[in-house]
Amino acid sequence: MAARDNHGTSPPWGRSFGVLGQPHRKLDGLAKATGSAVYADDLALPGMLHAKTLRSPHAHARIESIDASKALALEGVHAVITGRDLPERYGVIPWTQDETALAVDRVRFIGDPVAAVAAIDEDTANRALKLIEVRYQKLTAWFDPASSLAAQTDRIHPDTKGPGNLSKHVHLCFGDVDGELAGAAHTIEGEYEFHGTTHAPIEPHCAVAAVDAAGLLTVWSSTQITHYVHRALAKVLHLEAHKIRVVQPCLGGAFGGKSDPFSLEFCVAKLAMLTARPVKMLYTREEVFYAHRGRHPMQMRYRTGVDKDGKLRAVDAKILIDGGSYSSFGLVTTYYAGQLLTGPYHFPTYRFDSTRVFTNKPPCGPKRGHGSVQPRFAFEIQLDELAGRLELDPIEIRRRNFQGDFTRTVNGQRVTSNGFLKCLDEVERLSRWKERRGKLGFGRGLGVAGSMYISGTNYPVYPNDMPQAGIQIKLDRSGLATVFTGGNDIGQGSNSMCAYIVAEELGLDLSAVRVVAADTDLCPVDLGAYSSRVTFMVGNATIDACRKLRGQIVQALAEKWQVAKERIRLIAGQALDLEDAARAISIAEAFQIAEARFDTLGSTGSYNTPTLGGDYRGGTIGAAPAYSFTAHIVEVDVDVETGQLTCENVWIAHDCGRALNPMIVAGQMEGSVYMGLAEALLEEHTLNRFGLHAGPNLLDYKLPTSVDTPELYARIVESIDPEGPYGAKEAGEGPLHPALPALSNAVFDAVGVRLRRLPFTPARVLSELRAAGVDAKRHAQAGLPARAEKGAR
Amino acid sequence: MAALNLTINGDRLETAAPDHWTLLEVLRYRLGLTGSKQGCDKGDCGACTVLLDGQPVLACLTLAGLAQGRAVTTIEGLMPAHAREGKSGADPVQDAFDRCGALQCGFCQPGMILSARALLNANAHPTRAQIRAALAGNLCRCTGYTQIVEAVEYAVAVAAGVEPAPRAWETPRARLTDIEEQGTRRPSGQARP
Repeated sequence: MAARDNHGTSPPWGRSFGVLGQPHRKLDGLAKATGSAVYADDLALPGMLHAKTLRSPHAHARIESIDASKALALEGVHAVITGRDLPERYGVIPWTQDETALAVDRVRFIGDPVAAVAAIDEDTANRALKLIEVRYQKLTAWFDPASSLAAQTDRIHPDTKGPGNLSKHVHLCFGDVDGELAGAAHTIEGEYEFHGTTHAPIEPHCAVAAVDAAGLLTVWSSTQITHYVHRALAKVLHLEAHKIRVVQPCLGGAFGGKSDPFSLEFCVAKLAMLTARPVKMLYTREEVFYAHRGRHPMQMRYRTGVDKDGKLRAVDAKILIDGGSYSSFGLVTTYYAGQLLTGPYHFPTYRFDSTRVFTNKPPCGPKRGHGSVQPRFAFEIQLDELAGRLELDPIEIRRRNFQGDFTRTVNGQRVTSNGFLKCLDEVERLSRWKERRGKLGFGRGLGVAGSMYISGTNYPVYPNDMPQAGIQIKLDRSGLATVFTGGNDIGQGSNSMCAYIVAEELGLDLSAVRVVAADTDLCPVDLGAYSSRVTFMVGNATIDACRKLRGQIVQALAEKWQVAKERIRLIAGQALDLEDAARAISIAEAFQIAEARFDTLGSTGSYNTPTLGGDYRGGTIGAAPAYSFTAHIVEVDVDVETGQLTCENVWIAHDCGRALNPMIVAGQMEGSVYMGLAEALLEEHTLNRFGLHAGPNLLDYKLPTSVDTPELYARIVESIDPEGPYGAKEAGEGPLHPALPALSNAVFDAVGVRLRRLPFTPARVLSELRAAGVDAKRHAQAGLPARAEKGAR
Repeated sequence: MAALNLTINGDRLETAAPDHWTLLEVLRYRLGLTGSKQGCDKGDCGACTVLLDGQPVLACLTLAGLAQGRAVTTIEGLMPAHAREGKSGADPVQDAFDRCGALQCGFCQPGMILSARALLNANAHPTRAQIRAALAGNLCRCTGYTQIVEAVEYAVAVAAGVEPAPRAWETPRARLTDIEEQGTRRPSGQARP
């Protein structure tokens, strides 16, 4: 078993860092800025065919027959495949593999892939799709999760146990919840709703496949988990894995939406094998909405009890999750919906019951802040309500319930460093909370919320004892280090992170480090870009590999110079003897001396989490080697006449452990908050009553523009975690969570109305305001402004 | 199929494409200029933005034939144009985006950078609100726009020869007491064996 991190958190040489902790450019920044970075759809291979997918027009139906003869007869068409050509099931979670590349006998949502065509160009492929004749027998379609759970007939996955269209049920109880609730000084109960959103990366999914003369299949795909695509291709195509190479080119955004293996990867591979020509498939924007795997809609009921001082006694949650048509990561989602709530506050007792149900909609999956954004929304509003009941400052109730650092949660998760209190202090100070809250005038308010998130997960999706992250480094006589990582850089900068660490550890200039990533032929296995695991795990593995090389270089120099190893430093492109400046040599010479002493220089490094989690079924799901913590304060302006919410400022403080590159950390924080606010204010993955997506394009599905996005003030809090690489934790997902409840809490501060159902569209807000008796006309009659004066700040 | 005479990044090029092909398709799939991106194909996202006679347009909504006789600038053209002026490195806007962390996945950025370039060509000293307005046709899903706006402001400052303002994250960070300074504290909860 790979060693866990024992590298400590200090700089490798002396008392301060040379590279880390400072802003640096990304390795691929200028390539992206100049248009030379190569994304999947930028690949063009000689003789390449173009493939398109025929999709189901019915939400739920049996396929009676498919006749592709007319399509095959069309000039320019080279192959047509259907579900019968790829019947093997796959799915990320080994116990819930319920997907096939193309529908076999049954379609489960409007947009489910049914057949694929390879032709000389896209226009021909599109014409061929229209010539494929499919006869369907329609089945009852299930859209509402509660009635779907009670379905007796026309079940969506007839081979599952049920009852009805149950996907997964988790019930976990920690302590005497009922007793504590009965004895609580105050209890509060409420229902909350999350509506469902999607990732909408600007790059649509794309895959290209080619088979060489020796039979090696190569698939280039816009995936964020190369390794799982590799495994799934081997299974579905019945090929030995070593005959498949999967490469992730530059990736145009993912956010969890490119975590699953997708239909197009299997289709291009199969079509390339059948036609002996390279094949590309690029999803249209509409198809990206069908591929989906977005954030699950959840209906949530929370009961929370506190003592007279506002200390939590019990939290009781019941959650109904709309999973859409397939399992995807849904087993994990169902656990995460409960398991990830037990911080940053101390829960003495806790119970959750979460139920994921299949419906005939595009499948839900992991989206940034997987499974935990929705419960966090509910609970942080409830904390605010309790603060109101107790006449406590909303920040104060959060401080009082702080769980502390180096502790264990009620559900058995080990918490290491925890900078949450500092996060609260920072946003309180920066927003001038004490002077301003409740004093901004009617219609303008401030709201606070907190959260925690995993920094990597203890739980690899398929059980094994091998490392979760692996690294190889090769050193060249020229002074160059080449790093091979299976980690997926999806724009978060993980390749650059590897380079920064190697440069720090081996004393190299950043220009002397190359990173080769996400290529299954060249790179050791890494489990990919999800669960905010890459910096933490790949970072630790990189240190591991570097320390081995460093040991060799230092030993070779110490022997050559006849000095103690402690006198040697590798720093800024040079090898130095601390007591004899005249001995300085270039790092290239140092590599050569080491190579002469030890032979060709290369090393491997790996990382595995320690054994973590509660001692019960599911106790490892949500167990992370470290957790990040966040606090937000949101400032909102409520237009009582229109229901329009304008979020004007957001202060974000995030404990990411040590910030290895603060510029990149800030970018992750800002991007997270943007995405959270977008989900609260604009975005809605809506289907009509037939199950047809109401607006599968970027005009109807509203992404905020630069003028819709408020000023974001990112404040980095560094708690230096003993488990992370130099103390680093995650920054890419945690900072999303508080945005939604903080906005709701700010609206309450502004107008005294609790918004518990998302999204906060003007129509929804207006109806809630009217229901609560907040009315522009009445305010005018009472001499109050309908809208806060700008000068009230 | 129609013959096309196009002027792309200063080069006069002849090619041919079906009549209904857009400028984006011709750039990407005929000429190999894949820096212009396709994100939506409907004019919603702005990733395909190119400059037509210096003005930002959506290449996915511009028929290739209509670009004849006009000067097309794509993202690939900025750095060579900068070099033709005898200067080294990337265009200052490209450099500022890289320097300010504005490039995450990078997919929207060719269009974003060209919109920013067009803004700065027309207005050397835009306000923050003018920057946000000029970029409102280019959707970015990664950054929350803050570092993009900062990058444009950085480019403005560099062009004006003044010290760029500190960026948001450059304020001192809040660091908790270093764990190692307190002696190595280990988790109190013991890991399950």
